[in-house]
Amino acid sequence: MSKEKFIEKILLFIALSSISILGLIAFFIFVEGVPLIWKVGLQKFLLGDRWFPSQGSFGILPMIIGSFLVTLGALIVGVPLGISCAVFLCELTPPTFGMIIRPMIQLLAAIPSVIFGFWGLIVLVPLIREHLGGPGLSVLAGSLVLGLMILPTIISISEDSLRALPRTFKEGALSLGATHWQTIWRVLLPAARSGIVASIILGMGRAIGETMAMIMILGNAAQTPISILDSARTLTTNIGIEMGYATGDHRQALFATGVVLFFIIMGLNSLALFVSRRKGS
Amino acid sequence: MPEKDKITLQNFSSFYGDSLALKEVSLRIRGNQIFAFLGPARSGKTTLLKSINRLTDLIFGARHTGQIFLDEQDIFAPEVALPELRRRVGMVFDLPTPLPLSIFDNVAYGPRLKGIFQKSRLEGIVERALKSAVLWDEVKERLSSSALRLSGGQQQRLCIARVLALEPEIIMLDEPCSGLDPISTASIEESLTLLKKEYTILLVPHNIQQASRVADRVGFFLNGELIEQGAAEQIFTRPKDKRTEDYISGKFG
Amino acid sequence: MAISRFKTQAISHGIIWIGAFLTLAVMVLILWQILREGVPLLTPHFFLENPRQMGRTGGIFSIIVGTLLITAVAVVIATPLGVGTAVFLREYTRDSKISRIIRFGTDCLAGVPSIIFGLFGFVFFVIFLRMGWSILSGGLTLTAMILPTIICTAEEAIKAIPYSYREVSFALGGTRWQTVKKVVLPNALPGIFTGILLGVGRSVGETAAIILTSGSSFLMPTSLFSPIRTMSIHFFILAREGISMEMAYATGAALIILILIINTIANWLLHRYVRKLEGKGHA
Repeated sequence: MSKEKFIEKILLFIALSSISILGLIAFFIFVEGVPLIWKVGLQKFLLGDRWFPSQGSFGILPMIIGSFLVTLGALIVGVPLGISCAVFLCELTPPTFGMIIRPMIQLLAAIPSVIFGFWGLIVLVPLIREHLGGPGLSVLAGSLVLGLMILPTIISISEDSLRALPRTFKEGALSLGATHWQTIWRVLLPAARSGIVASIILGMGRAIGETMAMIMILGNAAQTPISILDSARTLTTNIGIEMGYATGDHRQALFATGVVLFFIIMGLNSLALFVSRRKGS
Repeated sequence: MPEKDKITLQNFSSFYGDSLALKEVSLRIRGNQIFAFLGPARSGKTTLLKSINRLTDLIFGARHTGQIFLDEQDIFAPEVALPELRRRVGMVFDLPTPLPLSIFDNVAYGPRLKGIFQKSRLEGIVERALKSAVLWDEVKERLSSSALRLSGGQQQRLCIARVLALEPEIIMLDEPCSGLDPISTASIEESLTLLKKEYTILLVPHNIQQASRVADRVGFFLNGELIEQGAAEQIFTRPKDKRTEDYISGKFG
Repeated sequence: MAISRFKTQAISHGIIWIGAFLTLAVMVLILWQILREGVPLLTPHFFLENPRQMGRTGGIFSIIVGTLLITAVAVVIATPLGVGTAVFLREYTRDSKISRIIRFGTDCLAGVPSIIFGLFGFVFFVIFLRMGWSILSGGLTLTAMILPTIICTAEEAIKAIPYSYREVSFALGGTRWQTVKKVVLPNALPGIFTGILLGVGRSVGETAAIILTSGSSFLMPTSLFSPIRTMSIHFFILAREGISMEMAYATGAALIILILIINTIANWLLHRYVRKLEGKGHA
């Protein structure tokens, strides 16, 4: 009997590992980052637009704006395309087509971000530089690539939501004389709304958290981007680029950037969980 | 000559959450006989069986009041070892459930859990159990093949052999012949009649006819209550309660 | 003059067809470009030689070794942790406070961006535990990253096993652990293996967290404390520093093919074994 109890205790201990790791992550990031935010002042840190580590200037507003713009751009690209693909797979093609395409999309989701970044670097950036001007390494390039990267997430979750709808919705609408498109636009999409919203929020989370591809194609400018052709930095690339050689306050400032990022992501994930629980699974 | 009861239930009630499954059942069952539990669906018969080997413990939200004694010992006493209890009170379920293992490994599963690993011992146990379940001749050439390839009737006899391998004192069978063809049913009923010489058998029969063929004593249940019990012959020909009579004569069921 | 509904439908459907086609085309194009340039360069020489001249020539052997070792560390540690968690959640509790806390932790962990894992791995493994930039630091960081995946797939695999198997085991006198060991885990193995493969796929593609914890040395590692470079890091450095486009294409192609193989096997396993088991037995 006591052997059973012992095993149960061990399994409980093991099961607490994921929450413990989460706690450790939060703890260490905060321990390294918060003192600096305290030192510089929260307002000055978040809203200061001068990032000059060598001079002790730590304002991350340019990076916040950079993250925001790139994510927004990614959503502008990714959401319409993603939902279109979801509708396409679910409604406009025969089931066998979907059976081939769906695994392909899952595979695409597994492709590392550096591959996308590479493609952006050798194809998109020169294209933008030649035809639209600017250095090419730009918010535009970042948005396009990021949009592509979040597509699999949006497509698969939106498509699942659409497929989960009871058939009666579609049949009812069609039998009332609606066209297929009207059914999709007025009945199915609104009904699948919470799943689609959840997919968008998750896509947003992925976009904000993306680092490597953005390092490769956003350029390195720690300045607030004015146009989409400007180079920029995001919160993530800020950390990724400078962590290799940062020391002292500079390094702590990067951790502080991590703290801000942590909060943003946790907020987004909670929102996503909240939205998807609300629809009642 | 007063014989000790094998199983005694005293005012036993069972609940799943708030709903009542068994209501204050009091029952005494002697050894070496076939006791049948009769009644329409949802009258608590399966719950009764699963309470006696405490499989109900596995269901979250199940509780009980009252007591059950096995050989005059309270089965719910804290010092009772559940694995031990469940080996003494074996159960065969309504749908045949062979494990995805070979025939041999299925029958040897219980003894191995008990700690018996010696090959020769296991072989002896498996052979005896399969013979008692009247399955040995059909499978002795292919003990290492998958149990999933057996027919429904064979699988059910395998499940009986599985229980017999543990040398229980009591065997409980919950509609063991549902979904089986008449020949398989007949062979299982025949085994039961042989088995009662060494074991006490609690049976939820598939229908009244089955009970009348094999049972020594019968208890009639309705909505969780034990309405009437007695010798099989008496229950079928001179039931005391009107509800029993209505059920036997097929007015409901 | 109102446009007829059918015209609207035609236009809308047309837009969707174009959008979908465009999306899929671009995706395929991206992979195709790298594969087209890179596959011809995938010679045995490429796989078996170490990088020379900072990666301008030679091959990626030491990098493959580094990738394998760091993935192995992650899998060896994350699998028992993940499977143990899944077993606990599905076999030892129901919807209790503990299980909700654990699931919350797992869900959150799954959403943490890789750069944050990198920061954590750096300050915790490299500095605090003094492991330095090493396979071990990177591997342990990866463990945290793939843990949610393994927990999730293991849970699905365990959930797919019919309740009747467990009931039979208990009825034959099995204890909870015996039932897990002899009935649940053996039947959940294919599903668990799928989770491991997905974890491997993630590890191979991970870059940000590993750069911060394993360094970027392309020399052959001599112990678990050696710094290493993984294939995706090598690819990143080659591309960004402009060292060699050829080598970059080749590495990229190898990376894509590896990930495609791993994920295809994982998906195939998932469909073959987990779905099949869901049809067996009765609830």
